[in-house]
Amino acid sequence: MKTKGKVTGIIANLVIVEVDGPVAQNEICFINLSGVNLKAEVIKIIGKLAYVQVFESTRGLRVGNSVEFQGHMLEVSLGPGLLSKNFDGLQHDLAKMDGIFLQRGDYTDALDMDSTWEFTPMVEAGKQVTAADWLGEVPENWVKHKIMVPFTLTDKYTVKSIVPQGTYKITDTIAVLTNSKGEDINVSMVQKWPVKRAITAYREKPRPFKIMETGVRVIDTLNPIAEGGTGFIPGPFGCGKTVLQHALAKQAEADMIIVAACGERANEVVEIFAEFPHLEDPRTGRKLMERTTIICNTSNMPVASREASVYTAMTIGEYYRSMGLKVLLLADSTSRWAQALREMSNRLEELPGPDAFPMDLPAIIANFYARAGMVYLNNGTTGSVTFIGTVSPAGGNLKEPVTESTKKAARCFYALSQQRADSKRYPAIDSMDSYSKYLEYPEIQEYLNKNISPNWVNLVLKSKNIVQRGKEAYEQINILGDDSVPLDYHDRFWKAEIIDFVILQQDAFDKIDSNTPIKRQQYMLEKVMEIADMNFKFDGFEQCSIYYKRIINTLKQMNYAQFQTDEFNNYEKELYTILNERRVE
Amino acid sequence: METKAFQRIYTQLMGITKATVTLKAQGIANEELAMVHGRLAQVVKIFGDMVTLQVFSGTEGIPTNAEVVFYGEPPKLKVGDDLAGRFFDAYGRPLFGATEIEGEAREIGGPSVNPLRRKQPSELIATGIAGIDLNNTLVTGQKIPFFADPDQPFNQVMAMVALRAQADKIILGGMGLSNDDFLFFKNVFENAGALDRIISFVNTTEQPPVERLLVPDMALTAAEYFAVQKNEKVLVLLTDMTLYADALSIVSNRMDQIPSKDSMPGSLYSDLAKIYEKAVQFPEGGSITIIAVTTLSGGDITHAIPDNTGYITEGQLFLRTDSDTGKVIVDPFRSLSRLKQLVIGKKTREDHPQVMNAAVRLYADAANAKTKLENGFDLTEYDERALKFAHDYSMKLLAIDINIEVDTMLDTAWQLFAKYFSKTEVAIKNELVQKYWPN
Repeated sequence: MKTKGKVTGIIANLVIVEVDGPVAQNEICFINLSGVNLKAEVIKIIGKLAYVQVFESTRGLRVGNSVEFQGHMLEVSLGPGLLSKNFDGLQHDLAKMDGIFLQRGDYTDALDMDSTWEFTPMVEAGKQVTAADWLGEVPENWVKHKIMVPFTLTDKYTVKSIVPQGTYKITDTIAVLTNSKGEDINVSMVQKWPVKRAITAYREKPRPFKIMETGVRVIDTLNPIAEGGTGFIPGPFGCGKTVLQHALAKQAEADMIIVAACGERANEVVEIFAEFPHLEDPRTGRKLMERTTIICNTSNMPVASREASVYTAMTIGEYYRSMGLKVLLLADSTSRWAQALREMSNRLEELPGPDAFPMDLPAIIANFYARAGMVYLNNGTTGSVTFIGTVSPAGGNLKEPVTESTKKAARCFYALSQQRADSKRYPAIDSMDSYSKYLEYPEIQEYLNKNISPNWVNLVLKSKNIVQRGKEAYEQINILGDDSVPLDYHDRFWKAEIIDFVILQQDAFDKIDSNTPIKRQQYMLEKVMEIADMNFKFDGFEQCSIYYKRIINTLKQMNYAQFQTDEFNNYEKELYTILNERRVE
Repeated sequence: METKAFQRIYTQLMGITKATVTLKAQGIANEELAMVHGRLAQVVKIFGDMVTLQVFSGTEGIPTNAEVVFYGEPPKLKVGDDLAGRFFDAYGRPLFGATEIEGEAREIGGPSVNPLRRKQPSELIATGIAGIDLNNTLVTGQKIPFFADPDQPFNQVMAMVALRAQADKIILGGMGLSNDDFLFFKNVFENAGALDRIISFVNTTEQPPVERLLVPDMALTAAEYFAVQKNEKVLVLLTDMTLYADALSIVSNRMDQIPSKDSMPGSLYSDLAKIYEKAVQFPEGGSITIIAVTTLSGGDITHAIPDNTGYITEGQLFLRTDSDTGKVIVDPFRSLSRLKQLVIGKKTREDHPQVMNAAVRLYADAANAKTKLENGFDLTEYDERALKFAHDYSMKLLAIDINIEVDTMLDTAWQLFAKYFSKTEVAIKNELVQKYWPN
């Protein structure tokens, strides 16, 4: 029997319920408000009183309204048909909702419960299986969607029967499993999983050893992210966080992209809705929307479901990872998620930590980032969830609690700099402050040197050094004045500027420049480093700056040209003509 | 809002703070309205039979035996075509002795638009100001604030933008507006012959601060009526959102909430987002565009109010006085319109994005040269040219008193490029240089 209760208190979206039976922490309940059910989650229990956070506006709620508890935590439905969908933070399908405005209690199914799928079995009766083992597959878009032993089944099972190849409804029983006690369990294509728990039905999680290509030079070349790695992008508003995230969503070399628009602007999601169905994945030629799922809980949607939205996204990511896919999860912005935690902690009158955030914020963030990773599945193949979150530090101050906690949890740090954004040097990632811990992993270094070029890591480190020295030279020039420093300083500064303009800066709105494949990144870095090793003769610093500007301009034209076409080659020829004008041994 | 017959009247208050009263009452709904001692109030907290009400006009002089009557419904606004051309107070009551309007009463602060039903904004709003049209192009359905110190002419610029924007309706939400500024808006709209498309909801500095909390929702409820029912292009002006946020902090403080940064409530981001996210382009053609004002203290944008605003809005416009030319300009460095990418080079000429970027970059070179000059260093010949360019750029393009078309802005920029720089220094794509470089 379900536990019931009555509302006894209301403070914004925190509601206090007196219950008549057992309730569990994080259990889901529905509050009945004149026939409409409002979904809520238990977040604190004292005696007979359950404190619940409501995923909706509580306007009009009264003391005495009835409440029904559901006996389970917040869950998502997992099955074929999640790709290309647009969900709210609680995994309700936005497309199935009526009307222009979101109505309270309009809870639509995540999956199409009437849909049918072409099922092909992958096991035979008699086989021993455990959670997450593949029973069969159905085609979903281009993905071979695996139907797995539900993750909630923790015993060892024998396949008693499995349906032959054919078309089945999503809810049809496709297999019967027998557990160690001899009980039978029916398995359909749909399973449920509580979002706040990680799916760990895999063999092992090794250290990441491959990089994930993003087409963004300042990431791939200078601070690469590993497949199954974690990264975060903090930056003040107006520094290009969103443009960068969209670039990653469009270009990253992943099988599936999950975008969690968490407490951000609705128009940014609309941009994805509008563009992704038409844009093509440069690698496969398929429409981007075919590989994308959007969890959309914009800033004006209820705060509590904002908190849930990142978990919903991660759980869907883990589900597809279990099929052996390469998933990239982007969350914009994790600060809004942290703020949702803060609002609720505040209403619960908990003692606040720094900046009024809850004391356990660092632990919550670390736990979440730890769910990403590359894994070896039960059958030995790999799957991965790579996670990149943005952080919106209050006042652009990187010393605030969300940024600091995230810095401890994520392995790549892409710091967006106000100064670079102000001078329109986009993407405004500060290559000096940013880092990728993966670049220090021996297995990643080995991978890079093997797959890009034998001396790649050294070349990258050398280029970073040049940028650093250029920055120092620039500071000296600014303090002492153009003509009070040796000409060498100008030369050093301008060599760093070449790397900045040609490698670090990238035009996200130019069709060609926006996406640079790794081979082209290699070509351009090698070209730029070749120039950095050259010596030129100048009569004065003005001559030096004019000359280098010409070099930069020509290299930029190369960036804008289609790789290794006549146009590209002509600019390259022009480049060498310029280089030979002043080159000395 | 009349009192209905047979309504229970409560007469015993259990507690009073500067902004709230608490009493014992049963069967009360969250967020419903009540009349406390003849003043409007709203339920903000219920705990058992203890109900806390926020009294909009403050609690001065309210006795413990004050009469309290509950209305059983949240704040509403009567919407209809009659709204046009009229002035209302924060409660939606007509000002200047006008009669109540006829129409359907709608709850204010209603539900959000399903993001999937939004249309991507793509219609340019031309203002004639190059600092906006050229560098920070506005689009219908956008939300953008002016970040300005209190001494800057933001209300004047906003009125100018509103009148040039060719909106079907302009809705002014005035919060803590000085009476002088209120009359300024009224006169400007009157003189422009635009009164019939203006609707105003005004809380002036003479009125209690907590009342302001109703203004944005009133203005946006009216806006939704015209944008959804009438498919009109509605422009909503909200000034000053800093004073709105201050009112939020007053209430949360009175309710003993733990303040976060800058004594603002922890929910400030969500509170502001609920307002700004009402900006929308509907698929049927109607739209709500929000232009707001957030006043700064000493240009500090790291304060919680501008900071949270910046994360919510689609850009921000900075006003400043250019010390070289004495003109008020829209600062090209710190201003940003996030939606400009949807129209520039698409609805405007192809060279727009690159010309815009090149001009700002060269202007930045001039700023560096200026720093050099101030530090007592010699200028290079290039620095000299950059400085001259910056002066002309400021006079001929950035100054807000210039009113020209976008194509003219682009042509002017090319002329300035050609006057002071070589083609390689401008660093624009070759094909555009060949087409537009003046001979």
